[in-house]
Amino acid sequence: MRLVVPLQGVVQGRGGLVLGSLLPCALFYVLQLYLKRKNRSSPSSSATSVSELPAGIPRTPSRGLLSSKTSTGPAPISSRAASVAGPSDSPYYVGFKKCREDPYHPASNPNGVMQLGLAENQLSLDLLRDWLAEILKDLALDGEEGNLSVSGLATYQPFDGLIELKMAVAGFMSHVMQGSVSFNPSRIILTAGATPAIETLSFCLADPGDAFLVPSPYYPGFDRDIKWRTGIDLIPAPCRSTDNFSLNIATLERAYNQAKKRGIKVRAVLVSNPSNPVGNLLNRETLYDLLDFAMAKNIHLISDEVYAGSIHGNEEFVSIAEVLQTQDFDRSRVHIIYGLSKDLSVPGFRVGVIYSFNEHVLSAASKFARFSSISVPSQRLLVSMLADSKFITRYVGQNKKRLQKMYALFVDALKQLGVDCVKSTGGFYCWADMSKFIRPYSEKGELELWAKLLNVAKINITPGSSCHCIEPGWFRCCFTTLSEDDIPVVIERMMIVINNHNDYH
Amino acid sequence: MDKNLLSKKAACNSHGQDSSYFLGWQEYEKNPYDPITNPTGIIQMGLAENQLSFDLIESWLENHPNPAGFKRDGASIFRELALFQDYRGFPPFKKALANYMGYLRGNKVRFEPNNLVLAAGATSANETLMFCLAGPGEAFLLPTPYYPGFDRDLKWRTGVEIVPIRCSSSNGFKITKAALEEAYQRAKKCNLGVRGVLITNPSNPLGTTTTRDELDTLLDFVVAKGIHLISDEIYSGTNFGSPGFVSVAEAMIGRDHNVSHRVHIVYSLSKDLGLPGFRVGAIYSKNNSVVAAATKMSSFGLISSHTQYLLSELLSDEGFTRKYTEENRKRLKKRHGQLVEGLRNAGVGCLRSNAGLYCWVDMRHLLESNTFEGEMKLWNKMVYEVGLNISPGSSCHCNEPGWFRVCFANMSADTLNVAIRRLKTFIDSGRRSRPAPERIRVIVFARKKGKPSFGRIHRRISQWSLGDLYRRINGGVRSALRAVRYNLTVDAA
Repeated sequence: MRLVVPLQGVVQGRGGLVLGSLLPCALFYVLQLYLKRKNRSSPSSSATSVSELPAGIPRTPSRGLLSSKTSTGPAPISSRAASVAGPSDSPYYVGFKKCREDPYHPASNPNGVMQLGLAENQLSLDLLRDWLAEILKDLALDGEEGNLSVSGLATYQPFDGLIELKMAVAGFMSHVMQGSVSFNPSRIILTAGATPAIETLSFCLADPGDAFLVPSPYYPGFDRDIKWRTGIDLIPAPCRSTDNFSLNIATLERAYNQAKKRGIKVRAVLVSNPSNPVGNLLNRETLYDLLDFAMAKNIHLISDEVYAGSIHGNEEFVSIAEVLQTQDFDRSRVHIIYGLSKDLSVPGFRVGVIYSFNEHVLSAASKFARFSSISVPSQRLLVSMLADSKFITRYVGQNKKRLQKMYALFVDALKQLGVDCVKSTGGFYCWADMSKFIRPYSEKGELELWAKLLNVAKINITPGSSCHCIEPGWFRCCFTTLSEDDIPVVIERMMIVINNHNDYH
Repeated sequence: MDKNLLSKKAACNSHGQDSSYFLGWQEYEKNPYDPITNPTGIIQMGLAENQLSFDLIESWLENHPNPAGFKRDGASIFRELALFQDYRGFPPFKKALANYMGYLRGNKVRFEPNNLVLAAGATSANETLMFCLAGPGEAFLLPTPYYPGFDRDLKWRTGVEIVPIRCSSSNGFKITKAALEEAYQRAKKCNLGVRGVLITNPSNPLGTTTTRDELDTLLDFVVAKGIHLISDEIYSGTNFGSPGFVSVAEAMIGRDHNVSHRVHIVYSLSKDLGLPGFRVGAIYSKNNSVVAAATKMSSFGLISSHTQYLLSELLSDEGFTRKYTEENRKRLKKRHGQLVEGLRNAGVGCLRSNAGLYCWVDMRHLLESNTFEGEMKLWNKMVYEVGLNISPGSSCHCNEPGWFRVCFANMSADTLNVAIRRLKTFIDSGRRSRPAPERIRVIVFARKKGKPSFGRIHRRISQWSLGDLYRRINGGVRSALRAVRYNLTVDAA
């Protein structure tokens, strides 16, 4: 009662000026103190925006395990871990899992799941295998071991890669780009695959809460590589089928302005060239425009060129490095991602490249490289392989022929089904239009068709929604994991589902 | 180009690489010792690398050309390996690694391959665990002194803080409940949410194995506080003396599930097998969420399939691993003994150690002043005058100045002798011409007991430090004052 009375007085104005202002102020401060202490005692909420999940990462039931403070409950894991610990429900990863559990083999498992969702080049591994066999035979005869010897393997080596491998990779990059540009080994940082390369570069260029602009549809792995641990967001700049999904600077401009309005700081534009999942190339004009855009907005330009040596079309590939050679642009804002997983068909050896013209980025990335160094014996092996220029020339030539053949066969086969693909020039996949087969014409319809293809036809292809494509009905189909005999099997299976799907609807 | 266009992490220079630990390395790189071409160069005693037993690995590799040649039972498995990039790891390798880890613990514990997550070295494994267990602005408690690289590996990209648990030489730097509690409260005062404790067992830089009592104290502590315990056991195969190595996995036997999901072990082959260039690390945890998250994060540091296959064959050869481990331990013990003996002859003691590739050396009596400035002065002399790159205790966050980590396994026996000789020469010359230590000449008026108070008796007391004076006055001794020289007690190794 005693408390109520003075309050009553305040409310009714009987308390006078002092009481009328003192009491409310006091109450206000007490409330603030209480809230502050409450917030302080739950440490997870004092973390910065990194603990906020970026949009698009699926929440999982394992979040139930998370508790901010407990001495008898389960030990809490970080929110970053909780968001990735559970099984992913993204079609991209679900498809992988199904393939792994029940992989197709023409002889031993003809009813297994056929893998058309993994952009891996299995067409030319026999060339590498034969090279290796030759080398080992020569070693046995000569008695010298050269780079395959075990001496010197014991010690710590530079975390950002052996200088010999950097030189060899620089040479290889130049070779696959038809010698149009020469790469300087001292601008290379080597990492255990292109995955840590893009993550490390992201750590160097942006802070948690910042964003990169990326034309969509884009490679689903970017959501993991860039967003997971760095806290950087990806803002898609949608490309359309009317433009053949090619990059439009106006779209980038629009996306940039929208981000600015939302108060998000854009730090870079990330493009893939040849693009994944569409497979088209950026022409010189577009590259100039991109550089102008980056200059005007004072941001970085990251060019993911992992498929540069996997061109099957007739168009000429132009690297951003080539454009920089001829024009007077501020090179310090340009960075290239490369790797040997696609062009040399050795994803298991884990070789990724950050190529940058920016000394500070190189210095920082070389220190971060300690978290993702390449195993020295594998580096040594690759130095030998890349140094054999006769073999590399033969490999690149043969590989291109096989890619061209496979691409032509696959696209023709799809055409017979009534499925058209965007005319693409590079990469291991084609961007197929199945929009006429989906009902309703929405992401839901697309995912229904995807699920049918995976579970009934047992074919794993990647739906456009996983790649953030704004138009439903597009699918990425990889053809480099198939042999020529597999193609009719694929078509047959797809035909059953597509026909049934049509009949049902 | 404007540095403002880079991220804060890239633009800032405080990444722990400018501590004396790394500066010494840089000096060594400029002037490395070579017995023939550069006999006056700096000897590298700051790198904990095991080069003593690589000849055994070399001969195994030479006798088993198949794994290096991508062959299994004569058939080529190149295709399978070239395409293998599964983040769950190459199953035969995980199995072999789990078995080897069990063997190093006397087979008292069994490691399940499914609970093992691979990483590109312990550096990557530790960072991944930080990402999994803590967020920016949260902290882990680490007993001091600790490996200087943790300031970089655990904090850099994760945003996690380290709060030191202060250990002291008075009990051999052992971890006590009081020290743990003190560190926890200190973290709380700084508004840092403590997520766990990280220890190295065997310890870097102490070279001692963690005792069973300490492990029990730690386990009780983490359960009481509801936090994690990471045990970095990368030196588990380097235990060459008694007492034996007790893993936290062993200490967990008999404890309930409430404990097992809090404890995570980090392992690597860089130290035990002397293969740092292979970049092989692992996380072992019974916490399924941690395993799931860490497995996916391992995409950022996968081990080459070629290396995994090679090592799966090597580690599966149990006869070889047994022979290697025993021989390696023998050589480490011998080299350790050589260093300790040499130090003793020079009048320098070190902490009694039974593992690791280094000794924790006590040079407090060589300091001009009992301060970290004094330690830095001595370290400078060591690097530039004596030509030995040793790691000062301050870079390991040791509370007490005067301790240094000295590595012995990354050089030949002859080089080690050269190093010891240089040290002895330096110390001997120092003894002859060393300036008088800072002492205060104190003239104290003393009154002898029982004598008449007329006439004052002066005693000139020399060679007392202020500390001694304080102690004496405090002790209440007013008569028969004697000059006392401060004595240093040395643990004979």
